[in-house]
Amino acid sequence: MSAVAAKSSGLVARIAGGKVLPVATVVAAIMALWYVGVVFLNAPFQEMMYKNAGQTSYTTSQLIADTMEQERPVLPSPQQVAREFWKTTVGTPITSKRSLIYHGWVTLSSTLLGFLIGTVLGVGLAVMIVHSRTLDKSLMPWIITSQTIPILAIAPMIIVVFNAINITGIVPKAFISTYLSFFPVTVGVVKGLRSPERLHLDLMRTYTATAGQTFWKLRWPASVPYLFASMKVAIAASLVGAIVGEMPTGAVAGIGARLLSGSYYGQTVQIWSALLTAALMAAMLVMLVDVIDRVVRVKMGVRP
Amino acid sequence: MSLEDTSATAPAPASAHELEFGRPSMGLALAMQGVALVGVFGVIKAFAGAPEGGPAWAWPVLLFSWLLAWWSVTSITSCEKHEPSQAVSLLIPVLFGIWLLMLWEALVTGLKIPPVLLPAPSAIGVKIIGNIPTLWADFQQTFMKSVLAGYFLGCSIGFAVALLADRVPFLKRGLLPVGNFVSALPIVGVAPIMVMWFGFDWPSKAAVVVIMTFFPMLVNTVAGLEAAGRMERDLMRTYAATHSQSLLKLRLPAAMPFIFNALKINSTLALIGAIVAEFFGTPIVGMGFRISTEVGRMSIDMVWAEIAVAALAGSLFYGLVGAAERAVTFWHPSQRRT
Repeated sequence: MSAVAAKSSGLVARIAGGKVLPVATVVAAIMALWYVGVVFLNAPFQEMMYKNAGQTSYTTSQLIADTMEQERPVLPSPQQVAREFWKTTVGTPITSKRSLIYHGWVTLSSTLLGFLIGTVLGVGLAVMIVHSRTLDKSLMPWIITSQTIPILAIAPMIIVVFNAINITGIVPKAFISTYLSFFPVTVGVVKGLRSPERLHLDLMRTYTATAGQTFWKLRWPASVPYLFASMKVAIAASLVGAIVGEMPTGAVAGIGARLLSGSYYGQTVQIWSALLTAALMAAMLVMLVDVIDRVVRVKMGVRP
Repeated sequence: MSLEDTSATAPAPASAHELEFGRPSMGLALAMQGVALVGVFGVIKAFAGAPEGGPAWAWPVLLFSWLLAWWSVTSITSCEKHEPSQAVSLLIPVLFGIWLLMLWEALVTGLKIPPVLLPAPSAIGVKIIGNIPTLWADFQQTFMKSVLAGYFLGCSIGFAVALLADRVPFLKRGLLPVGNFVSALPIVGVAPIMVMWFGFDWPSKAAVVVIMTFFPMLVNTVAGLEAAGRMERDLMRTYAATHSQSLLKLRLPAAMPFIFNALKINSTLALIGAIVAEFFGTPIVGMGFRISTEVGRMSIDMVWAEIAVAALAGSLFYGLVGAAERAVTFWHPSQRRT
């Protein structure tokens, strides 16, 4: 018994020293706030329902319990969201239009396509910018300006314009993701390709290395850490782009379409479970890039 | 053509040679730029006058003008490399922008691209001038109310929570990973919820902007407050400075580059958040409302006019924050001239 206690107190000390306990506390505080919010935001409607039903006496605990289980709450309770999420992922066949896995896959496929094109485009632009001073001077300011256009805001127009020339489905959404994801990649890779020190560049010169050799043996390896840091930003931006691309009317599938139909019909539980899916997808995508980053680092012989 | 090659790829030691023979003068380059612009103007006029295709000389002239302009910009760039000047390094992107618009106009009129797909820049300009009252009303609704209110509220709350987290290390260790995680989430998704909670008018849009701007501000300010060096902090300690004194005199000034970084990121996020939130319901005014309804009516030139206003407002906002940054963090290495 005492051995277990000693072991657990050691564990507690280790947890308290690290990040786990503070993060758990913050998350617990957010959950507590959520429950308080559920009671306060849903109580007025619940009291009105009691009044309409002619029920004059009710206990506070009954009121609180009922605010957690409204059909269309102002703020759904965590267990309602979890139940809806479980029901629409595990409890529904994937082929069904109600399955969040189906909608998630629709969003994910256009996210990944847009991210892929955006990364390739971003790296290509960066390579051109690093090797041509004219492009650096003339193109770079416009790449920065391109991001002041709120592309998310004009997503509906892009979808409609693409539809008008008979391009439908995944490509218009992927275009929005591309537009959002190429920018961080370009900026990051330009920085990375320029990161080798003067000394190393001079060494390549004394070896009479060609521009191509300098690129493949020095600049490109030096830019890999920057590339992965940018890709983490870019993949999150791609997901946002794909979701917003699904919001304009006409899109029937995807996380964005779920959000929109939920808002039309006042299905708050549906909105929250779609948001939960989006959050999980974002976390998984960023983690995926992180894992690839680690693997590549090990392959390239970077010591931790 | 050879000029372009040397200027683009010549390593530094070769530039002395370039200086004597190869480099064209700035005046010549600018004159060529003028000739090229006259050429493309003529082409656009010819295209606009002809119902089908335009005269046979138009395409070669367009190609020639473009190549001439390319060469001219390249030589201006190489001049700029030898005699750096503020005006010239501003001129290069401006010329690039003018040529982008010119080629856009020439291609749209020359290839007879239907305005539904891509209207010509001139048509967008006409639309802007013809609809100034509407655009102004939309701008006021979206920018002056939703964006500014949400931006100031979101940034201030983020800043205040960061100061609190700085005081309580436990809170900092808990909040930072959560904040970093939330930054990767598609926060615009909360827009429908905010519209349900705060109604159709601007407060719901401001609420979306508050949520979007809060986390970048929090994460950046906390990182910035760590930025002051060990030595300087120790110095403050030897002066027996209180927490608030060392905060005001050392750590906040040192954090300013980070705080301005967040302010800049947030300036674009705020505009996007407000416009996207308007897709979920608005009174019949606002940039997001106008964009979604005009798309429905297929009047794409009005959408582009709205986009131009949004881009202009976004750039000005960003520029103002940048100017404030230069005034506040004049001491930072990245602000130094040469």
